[in-house]
Amino acid sequence: MHNSGVIVFGEDVGFGGVFRCTLGLQEKFGRHRVFNTPISEQGIVGFAIGAAAQGLTPVAEIQFADYIHPAFDQFVNEAAKYRYRSGNSFNCGGMTVRAPYGAVGHGGHYHSQSPEAFYTHVPGLRVVVPSGPREAKGLLLASIQHPDPVVFFEAKMMYRTAVEEVPTGDYTIPVGQARLAREGGDVTIVAWGQMVAVAEQAAAVVQEQGGVSCEVIDLRTLLPWDRATVEASVSKTGRLIVVHEAPITSGFGAEIVAAISKRCFLRLESPPVRVCGYDTPFPLIYEPLYVPSTPRVVDAIHEAVKF
Amino acid sequence: MHGRALANALRRATSSRAESSAPVLNRLWSRNQQTQAASDDSSLLEVDVVPYSTHRIDSPGTTVNTTKAELQQFFETMYRMRRMEIAADMMYKAKYIRGFCHLYDGQEAVLVGMEAALTFKDSIITSYRDHCTHLGRGGSVLEVMAELMGKANGATKGLGGSMHMYKVENHFYGGCGIVGAQVPLGAGLGFAHKYRKDGSVAITMYGDGAANQGQIFEAFNMAALWDLPVLFVCENNHYGMGTADYRGAKSAKYFTRGDYMPGIKIDGMDALAVKNGVAYAKEYAVANGPIILEMDTYRYHGHSMSDPGSTYRTRDEISSMRQLRDPIERIRSLLLNNELLDTAELKKIEKAIKKEVDSAVEEAKAGPLPKEEMLWKNIYKDTLGMHMRGRDSKTKIKLT
Ligand SMILES: Cc1ncc(C[n+]2csc(CCOP(=O)(O)OP(=O)(O)O)c2C)c(N)n1
Ligand SMILES: [Mg+2]
Repeated sequence: MHNSGVIVFGEDVGFGGVFRCTLGLQEKFGRHRVFNTPISEQGIVGFAIGAAAQGLTPVAEIQFADYIHPAFDQFVNEAAKYRYRSGNSFNCGGMTVRAPYGAVGHGGHYHSQSPEAFYTHVPGLRVVVPSGPREAKGLLLASIQHPDPVVFFEAKMMYRTAVEEVPTGDYTIPVGQARLAREGGDVTIVAWGQMVAVAEQAAAVVQEQGGVSCEVIDLRTLLPWDRATVEASVSKTGRLIVVHEAPITSGFGAEIVAAISKRCFLRLESPPVRVCGYDTPFPLIYEPLYVPSTPRVVDAIHEAVKF
Repeated sequence: MHGRALANALRRATSSRAESSAPVLNRLWSRNQQTQAASDDSSLLEVDVVPYSTHRIDSPGTTVNTTKAELQQFFETMYRMRRMEIAADMMYKAKYIRGFCHLYDGQEAVLVGMEAALTFKDSIITSYRDHCTHLGRGGSVLEVMAELMGKANGATKGLGGSMHMYKVENHFYGGCGIVGAQVPLGAGLGFAHKYRKDGSVAITMYGDGAANQGQIFEAFNMAALWDLPVLFVCENNHYGMGTADYRGAKSAKYFTRGDYMPGIKIDGMDALAVKNGVAYAKEYAVANGPIILEMDTYRYHGHSMSDPGSTYRTRDEISSMRQLRDPIERIRSLLLNNELLDTAELKKIEKAIKKEVDSAVEEAKAGPLPKEEMLWKNIYKDTLGMHMRGRDSKTKIKLT
């Protein structure tokens, strides 16, 4: 689907951006549609909202999710409420803001954080986190076409590690639908972004060790999230594990566990558990300790099964 | 007058080192030696610096007093900074240093000149390009190297890495990973100096790219509204990552961007010009309130280790900076041309510093890793009696 109103901007995106995500776009679509901004995150997001209110389709990049915080007000008070507070006269639904998030090996305090939960607390926004290249294409195109503002977090670890065939042409994956990444009957593991791979690895390990069969759900969209898919899975398995990189307290795992505990209360075989980052700032040399690893998820699976 | 003529000549001599056979200049040098007896460590030497550009304030004088001792200290400190950054580059390539790492080489004169006009009672806060700030504030090469390698003997006990140097005893409030975020903090630091009436100033440093962050203007306004003793020091190295200053700023005259606030543009490649400008600005700020100092400078390396630094600027530009404006070479020429130190003496200094840096590198490599429990410390004042998971979920480590 061709949309001549799409504009792409952010810090150094004209040259391809620090992660090369916009490489070649300026040559292809011109400087009037693909351009660099000053280092002004609050301005970038506010500007995107204004352009979207005029009917354009801005796709803004925040260079690292760690730098999105100066723009927090623009998301929370301006973007999310525009439709509501104007009685549907205006909206900024054309807007998509992309930001690389998460651990990268040695990013330290300011290049590794996962701020998705902050945005899941804001009705009016949609929060999308793809788990691989194919998913990224389908979900990004769907987000750009979506009539609500979308915050789109990309696991920066995968820029380097993920290799996958990606469909050519106009390929979309509906926003708001979770994906069954692996079928199983004993334990449900819910994850998003980079942690889907960790969940899948753990599932493979326990299957091999002793035949515990895990179902892995790639949540894809965190707000509003696909409760039905998770509920159906937990109703079948009776056990729930949520894995995310962000600190455990008030992470989005808390929401999933609370909602599913209520819906599946009588069918649960063990208490739902979360395997997450610790309640510390994102550490430098302790990153391997901090980030949920396959052994940590494997442990949680065993505990759930043996409960 | 004589000093000015001398230094003008000197500058011409320094900037045209290649074609150095100008007998007139040589005569000027020798006359200066006689009249000023400058070989004495503490006797005064006058040097002219290029004129300052100013906004809403009179210019500082352009004749700067210095001494052999000071020039030698400038040379040594800048050379140490340079060697340290080059060593960091090598250690990064050898994978002893990982992650984000921003080098300062090229910009040394800014810090060295500033520190010459300040005391450690004046506070400094800066961006992520902070290795040399730590040295300027009395830190050691070892502290920086060990921090870069994530070792417990580092400036921040190995917990932060490149962007996180701090030195509380000398009022260095740290590096900061978020572009522009340190600038309002600097206004708060300045307020505390004023509140305590201690006669000191706060220096808050930011780049040409950071100059476009909204919170900088909020900080300007508060500092000016309340007449705070703050020097807003904009290190204009002409690029914010891959973006040239004029491509990111409608007005790249950063010293004028405080509008109502005075500003001075300083040759940031000349430690003496910086010293003189900062001394003048400090006196102004303590008496009147905030001021912007734009340091016209240049970074030789790329923005960080993943940036070769040569895609958005020409190699010619970099090499002509090195040839014509290098801050260390400028001081070297002053020392040599005034016969304060000879080549052999300078070589000796360089050798000693290289050795100091090399042994700091080795010591950092051999340094211990921080203890595991440090992951949990310093989040709150105490650890809230939390437990940490061990190798498996049954092992619980009590955090004390
Ligand atoms: C809020 C924020 N946005 C973006 C970044 C990424 N970033 C780090 S340094 C930098 C360039 C800053 O340039 P400048 O202020 O000129 O300082 P210099 O690096 O030249 O010293 C950018 C965009 C960041 N750290 N924080
Ligand atoms: Mg810069």
